[in-house]
Amino acid sequence: MTADTAVRRRITLTGAVTWTGLWAFIGGLLIAVTAVVLSSFTQQLSSGWLPGALTTKWYSGAWSYFDLPSLLTTTLLVALAVVALSLLVAVPTAFALSRLSFPGKRLVMLLFLVPQVIPTMSYAVPLATLVYQLRLNDTVPGLVLVNLVPSLPFAVLVLIPFVDQIDPRVEQAARVFGAGTRQVFVRILAPLMVPGLLAAGVLTLVRVVGQFELTFLVAGPNSQTIVVALFGASLQAGQLPSQQIDAMAVIYMLTTLVLLLIALRFVDPTSVAARTRR
Amino acid sequence: MSPGAAFRELRIRGLGRRFGNGFTALDGLDLDIGGGEFIALLGPSGCGKSTALNLLAGLLAPTRGSIWIDEQRVDTLPPEKRNFGMVFQNYALFPHLTVAENVAFGLRMRKVGKAERAERVRKALELVRLTEQAGKHPGQLSGGQQQRVAIARAIVVRPRLVLMDEPLSNLDAKLRLDMRTEIRLLHQELSLTTVYVTHDQAEALSLADRLVVMRAGVVQQIGRPSEVYERPANAFVAAFVGYRNALPGRLIGADVEIEGLGRIRHGDGDLPAEGEAVAMIRPDDLVIGGPEAGRPISLTVRVCEYQGRSFAVEGRAPDGTVLHAASLEPLAPGDHVSAHIRPERIRVFPRADQPNRADPAPAESMARS
Amino acid sequence: MSAAVAPERAAGSGRRARAGTPGISPVLWLVVPGVLFMLLFFVYPLCYGVGLSFQGEGGPFSAYADFFADRFVSDHGSRESILVTLRLALAASLINVGAALPIAYRMRGPIRGKRIITATVLIPMTLGTVFVASAMNNVLGPAGWINKALLAVGLADEPVALTGNFTGVLLSLVISGFPFSFLLMLGYASGVDPSLEQAAAVLGAGPRARFRLIALPLLLPGLTITFCLSFVLAFGVFPSATLVGNDAGPTRVLSKIAYTEYANAQYATASATAVIMAVVQLAVLGLVLALRSRLYRGSTAGGKG
Repeated sequence: MTADTAVRRRITLTGAVTWTGLWAFIGGLLIAVTAVVLSSFTQQLSSGWLPGALTTKWYSGAWSYFDLPSLLTTTLLVALAVVALSLLVAVPTAFALSRLSFPGKRLVMLLFLVPQVIPTMSYAVPLATLVYQLRLNDTVPGLVLVNLVPSLPFAVLVLIPFVDQIDPRVEQAARVFGAGTRQVFVRILAPLMVPGLLAAGVLTLVRVVGQFELTFLVAGPNSQTIVVALFGASLQAGQLPSQQIDAMAVIYMLTTLVLLLIALRFVDPTSVAARTRR
Repeated sequence: MSPGAAFRELRIRGLGRRFGNGFTALDGLDLDIGGGEFIALLGPSGCGKSTALNLLAGLLAPTRGSIWIDEQRVDTLPPEKRNFGMVFQNYALFPHLTVAENVAFGLRMRKVGKAERAERVRKALELVRLTEQAGKHPGQLSGGQQQRVAIARAIVVRPRLVLMDEPLSNLDAKLRLDMRTEIRLLHQELSLTTVYVTHDQAEALSLADRLVVMRAGVVQQIGRPSEVYERPANAFVAAFVGYRNALPGRLIGADVEIEGLGRIRHGDGDLPAEGEAVAMIRPDDLVIGGPEAGRPISLTVRVCEYQGRSFAVEGRAPDGTVLHAASLEPLAPGDHVSAHIRPERIRVFPRADQPNRADPAPAESMARS
Repeated sequence: MSAAVAPERAAGSGRRARAGTPGISPVLWLVVPGVLFMLLFFVYPLCYGVGLSFQGEGGPFSAYADFFADRFVSDHGSRESILVTLRLALAASLINVGAALPIAYRMRGPIRGKRIITATVLIPMTLGTVFVASAMNNVLGPAGWINKALLAVGLADEPVALTGNFTGVLLSLVISGFPFSFLLMLGYASGVDPSLEQAAAVLGAGPRARFRLIALPLLLPGLTITFCLSFVLAFGVFPSATLVGNDAGPTRVLSKIAYTEYANAQYATASATAVIMAVVQLAVLGLVLALRSRLYRGSTAGGKG
C-alpha cells in the first residue's frame, strides 16, 4: 500500500541515486556475463573489440581435458549425499533444540553457531589432516565428510525457525486423537516441515556445490569437483588458454544456475531470509 | 461547527479508487462532513470503507474525485502535510519507542518545543489514563492499553480530522464496550472531527452522529443512526442493521402479500412500486407473548436461545418458512405459539434489492452487545 | 534464535513426561548424533589446530612470534596482511550493506518488475569466483574493454590498473557478496510492518524522517546481522585475492598465507595464522554487536505484544 501513497510519486534525489546504482550493478553484471560467454566461444584472442572467428572447441575441450562427466558426477554425488545426510541428522536436532529446554542447551546452540562465524581455514587444515589419517583423502566419502562439517550446523540453524513456527498444539491435538510419537512425526511433523526441508536442502546444496576451501584440501585426481578443477586450472595460468577456462566457468555457472532455478521453484528466497532471522 | 473543530466543512466529491487489476474498491463517494462531527463508515469487509479512510489519510492515491477542507484542496497533499490523526486497526505503535515517545512523535514532527511537548504528552496520557505506563515499550502493554496509546498519539497533535480504522476489532468483548464509551467521551470533550470505520453496526450506531453505509464501493445510505436503524434505505442496509427476516412477497396497492404470512395491509406511505417485493422484519418486531397487537402469526418453535432479558426464537410458519422472532418466555422446541407483528414495522423493498446471501448479516453482534 | 522454550511445551512434545524424572527427556537423544559429529569433526580439529599452533620449532609461541615478525618460510608480509584482510573485508561488507539497505528498503512493497530485478541481482550467486575473476580481467583488465575504450577515446595514455590490486579484489567481493546482503535485507525490510511508516506519515513525518526515525531503527538488528554475515564471507576468501588481486603484495590475505604455509608443510605457522584469523574476525563481530546494543536498546519484538 505504501508504494501507492501520494508522496511516493515524487522523484527524490536519494531515490534516483539508489535506482541508478541498482541499474549500474545490473548493467555491469550483464556486461561481465557477456564478456566471459563471448570469450568462451572465441577462436583466437585478438587485440580488437570483437572476437574474430567463433568456435565451440573449448566446450568439447572441457569435455575431454577436464573429464567433465566424472567432474559432474562427483559434484552432484557429493552435494546430494551431503544434503541427505545433513537433513537426516539436522531434523531431529533442530526439533529437539526448538522444543526442549535442557541444561547445556546454549552450549549446544553455540556448537552449531560457531562454524558459521569463524573462518573455514581455522579448522580446515586439521580436518584435512584427520581425513588423511582416516585414509579418506581423494575419495568421495572424504569429500562428503569435510563438507558435512559446515553444512550440518547450517541446516540445523535454518530448520529451527521452521520448527518454531509449527504450533506444538498441533502435535498435542494429534496425540489427543490417538497418534503415537512415530505417527506424530510421520503424519503431522513431516508434512508441516516440507517447506523448511526444501529451504534447508536447497541452501545446503548451493553451498556445497560452491564450497572451495575444504574440498580443495581433501580432493585429489580421483575426486575433483567442478569448483576445484576450475580453480586449479585458473591458478596454473598460462598452461591453458583463457578461453578454455572461460568455457569451464560457463559450464560451472550453468550447473549452479540450473540447481538454483530448480530450487527457486520450491522456495521463495526472501521468505527464507525473513524466517531465518527469527 | 462545534467549538473545538478546526474547519467548517470537509467535502468529499466523487472520490474513487480503482486498483491496477481493474478492481474498483471505491466508486464515487460524495460526503460532506461538518466540523466536529463524528461520522461512521459502516459495511461488510470489502465494501470500500477502509479504502475511503486510506484515501482520506493520503495513504492511498485516489484515481478520481477530490477532497476539500473549506477552501483548501487536500487530496493532492502527502499524508504528512494533512495534519490528521489516525488510529490503525493493529495500532501501529512504534515498537522501538516508549509510550511517551510514541505520543510525542507527532509533536516532534511539528517541531513543538521540548517543554510544551512534555506538557502535552503528559496531558494526553492523563486523558487516556496511561501516566504510569509512560516509560514502557508498547510490547509491555495489554491490548487495551496499546489501543489507548494509539488514541493518545492521534489526538495529541490536535489534528483537523481523526481517522479510526476498526480500532476496537482486536479487543475482547468487554473491553470493546468500555473503549467505545471512552471514545465517545473523548469526542464529546474535544469535539475533534472523526471518521470511524467499522463493520460492527452496534459500534457505528452508538458512536456516530451520522452513518455512511457502504457496499461494494458504493454508498447505500447516509443518515443519522436512528434514520438508518428505523428506515433503512434498501434491503441491504436493512439486513445489515438487524432485519433478519427477509421474506419474498408481492406488493399490491397498499397490501403486501408475504409468503408464509399472508396478505397484510401495510398502511405506510413509504412503499415501492407494485410488484415483486421483499419484506424485511426485525426479530424484535415479531414478538411472542407480548401485548397482542397487530397481526398474529403461528409458529412452531425449532430453537429457543436465552439472551438475558428475552429469548431469540427460530420457528417455522405453517408453510415451512423459517422466521426469527423474540419471546419473553422460555419455549421448548416443538411448541406451537403465536407471534405478533405491527404491520408498520415491516419494511418493504423491491425484489431486485434483495440482500445478497453472501453478505454477512451482522445481526448477531447487535444482539450480543 | 534464542527461543526460550516453555517447560509445558517441552513436556507436551516429548514422550509422556514421566513423573519423578524431570529435565532429561528421551527426546534429548535426538541431538546426540549431531552433537557427536560436531565434536568429532569440528571441535576436535579446531582444538587440534590451536594446539598445533603452539608447537612451533622455537618454543610454544614461536609460530605467533614469527607471524608478527614477518618470518614465515613462504611469506614475508604476514603482519601487514591482518590490515590488508581487514580493510578488504570491512570495505566490501560496508559497500554491500550500504547498497543493499536503500535498494531493499525501496523494494519492500509491491513494485513493478520486482521479481525480475531480484532474479537479476541474484545472478552472481551462480557465477562463481573464477567466472567473476575472468569477467573482470576481460572487462577491466589491462587489455579489457574499459581500458580499450579509455585508450581509444584518449582519456588515458596507458591502461588504468583496475585489476591486480586492492580495487580489483574489492570489486570482486562486492559482486559476489552483494546478492547475499540484498537477499537478507529484502527479507528484513519486508518484515517491517508497513502500517508503522503509514502511522508516522499521518503524524507528519516526511519520507526522510520516516526512514531515519522508524525504518532505520527497526532495520538495525537485521542490518547488523547482514553486516556480520557479509563480513564473514569476505574475510575468509582467498581465491579472488589470488585471481584478480596481487596476493604477494597489496591483496595478501590471511587465508592465502595460511594455505601457502600449509602447502609448504609448515603446520605450526599455518595453524597460528588460522587462529589469528579467527580471533580477528570474532573481535570484529563482537565489536559490531556491542556497538549495536549501545545504539539501540529497545525491544525489537515490541509491537507483537
